[in-house]
Amino acid sequence: MSCAPRPKLAVWKFSSCDGCQLTLLDCEEDLLPLADRVEIAYFLEASRATSPDPYDLSLVEGSIATKDDIDRIREIRAQSRVLVTIGACATAGGIQALRNARDFEQLRSVVYAQPEYIDELATSTPIADHVRVDFELRGCPIDKRQLLEVITAFLAGRKPDIPDHSVCFECKRRGVTCVTVAHGTPCLGPVTQAGCGALCPAFGRGCFGCFGPKADPNTRALLPLLRTDGLADQDVARLYRTYNAEAPAFREAAREATDTVKETAEETRR
Amino acid sequence: MTHRSHRLLSVSSLARVEGEGAMQVHVVDGEVESVRLSIYEPPRFFEALLRGRRYDEPVDITSRICGICPVAYQMTACQAVEDACGVTVDGQLAALRRLLYCGEWIESHSLHIYLLHAPDFLGLPDALALARADRALVERGLRLKQAGNQIMEVLGGRAVHPVNVRLGGFHQLPEREELDRLTALLRTARHDAEATVAWAIALDFPELHIRHATLALRPTDSYPLDAGTPTLHHAFSDAAPPTVFPVEEFEQHVVEAQAPHTTALTATADGLRYLTGPLARWRTAADLLPPDLRDLGSTAGLDTACDNPFRSIVVRAIEVLWAVREAQRLLDAYEPPPAPAVPVPPRAGVGRAATEAPRGLLYHRYELAADGTVLDANIIPPTAQNQSAIEADLRDFVQQRLHLDDTELTRQCEQAIRNYDPCISCATHFLDLTVERR
Repeated sequence: MSCAPRPKLAVWKFSSCDGCQLTLLDCEEDLLPLADRVEIAYFLEASRATSPDPYDLSLVEGSIATKDDIDRIREIRAQSRVLVTIGACATAGGIQALRNARDFEQLRSVVYAQPEYIDELATSTPIADHVRVDFELRGCPIDKRQLLEVITAFLAGRKPDIPDHSVCFECKRRGVTCVTVAHGTPCLGPVTQAGCGALCPAFGRGCFGCFGPKADPNTRALLPLLRTDGLADQDVARLYRTYNAEAPAFREAAREATDTVKETAEETRR
Repeated sequence: MTHRSHRLLSVSSLARVEGEGAMQVHVVDGEVESVRLSIYEPPRFFEALLRGRRYDEPVDITSRICGICPVAYQMTACQAVEDACGVTVDGQLAALRRLLYCGEWIESHSLHIYLLHAPDFLGLPDALALARADRALVERGLRLKQAGNQIMEVLGGRAVHPVNVRLGGFHQLPEREELDRLTALLRTARHDAEATVAWAIALDFPELHIRHATLALRPTDSYPLDAGTPTLHHAFSDAAPPTVFPVEEFEQHVVEAQAPHTTALTATADGLRYLTGPLARWRTAADLLPPDLRDLGSTAGLDTACDNPFRSIVVRAIEVLWAVREAQRLLDAYEPPPAPAVPVPPRAGVGRAATEAPRGLLYHRYELAADGTVLDANIIPPTAQNQSAIEADLRDFVQQRLHLDDTELTRQCEQAIRNYDPCISCATHFLDLTVERR
């Protein structure tokens, strides 16, 4: 054991599938060396031992979905020097944010016979809607290499080297044939932030946007291309409405696609 | 004594389980009055959100229910939707799916055995403390876990929420050289899995005997994984033949009800509280294991009906070894199929499927419109089925240990809960318990 106090790492969970914090445990060969460098001060999925705050780095998974969550995230913010949100739930509200656009009462009654027992908010929202966030790591789930980069960077007191360009860059770098150009496969790669390593195109599949929108995405320009590739406008909207449905650029893109349905109908009438 | 003595044991956050849960035990006059495993994972309304989606979407969407067992959700969703469309995926495509599922079993079980469960048996707070005491042991666990992850990465693209699974098969077939790499990895994994069994057998197990009914799939010719007939044994001690029913009749036997006083959905099968998972599989299908694996169980003192949940770590270890060997068998017999997927055209209908997630039986049902729109969905995850059995076992467990102080009793209760590898994130429809907190 070294004598110098190690920085304290905490991992917190809100509404989520646990997959992003599991990514930390999936850093198999890097896990024990990491644990030598930091004190894992709070990580319930991994340990019953906890240390008191303050925490040097808090990783927050999941979205805000109950009234209780709001109090809890404020407390965590107050206890944390640096707070990084990890994954689509924490950064955009996650798949469960699809309920934001739906009738919540009706939704609850589909699943529960006695929905009055649920102390659930009608919306699922990202952490940054409630407290200051120092960095957002995207992905559904996050990428292991990016997670290690974020942890290493914050422990070193530098900005993490996480690009905000599109998946297209990663395709080019990886030498993956463009699925849209070669096969006419609908792909959200041009408007989605990199980080996955162009995983879906590498498997011959169009990107479905699980890392959320890139910086300044030109969704309007992509729309005709998605149509050419055979998507009906409702399908375009559906494609945007998944794991990052409530990320503003994707929410807007889904609306654009369905609005043009109405515009086209009106033009036809004229 | 004229006054009644009350003792309340409350663990507000269970550690080393997947998802968030709490436990409350209420003791009055030396009798355990109530035990509650509270799930405060907020519900995410998956079944409601699936309505109106297209039939090829549940595969990816339902994997987001659980980051620990996404493949179980993908496999079950695929099979249920394919059932609705009247398509059966077989041959080498089914073999590749099975290989992927073996990867998840290896990964999930190794995570549970080494990082979540093992520290309990050795009186340590976590796997990091365990690594300080015996680094080679934890490294072996991580190596085994990584082998499972590698299978998922080769076939699925990534270990959490794989991207390569689709209706009818896969988006892309694996390259031969990647499969050869897996073959090489699995040789080491097999040694590690054998060592894991030998290590698990030698642990000390607290006494606890349970009497629940068990529900597991029973295939005709193999240990249960991706298929089989739901088989309900009425009690551990009961020698009577089990009730067997086709997956089509699952919801006629298994009923989920929201009990008003518990606020959680609990499942019963033919009116019985039951257990699913490793102990249920062992009871239902140990005879379908290769003889040497069955013998390993006997060496470890597992009878045909192992009724001590603490020994589930041994069953998991044997299941890891079985999954490694099954993966090796599938790789040896692999020949590339003609296409990565068979067509699955939509049609109106209802489809159902059940598979064995690492922590127990998982059931999906989908109703589709003729154009493939999902009209209705029902998902019954393993932990929802196990909850009332876990609570009942805890009641007996605590009753026998009332002499312990709160700290020690709490520690032992947490360990008892971990026996079931509860996956609280799978709370597609557990209720939030905030209303119950005072």
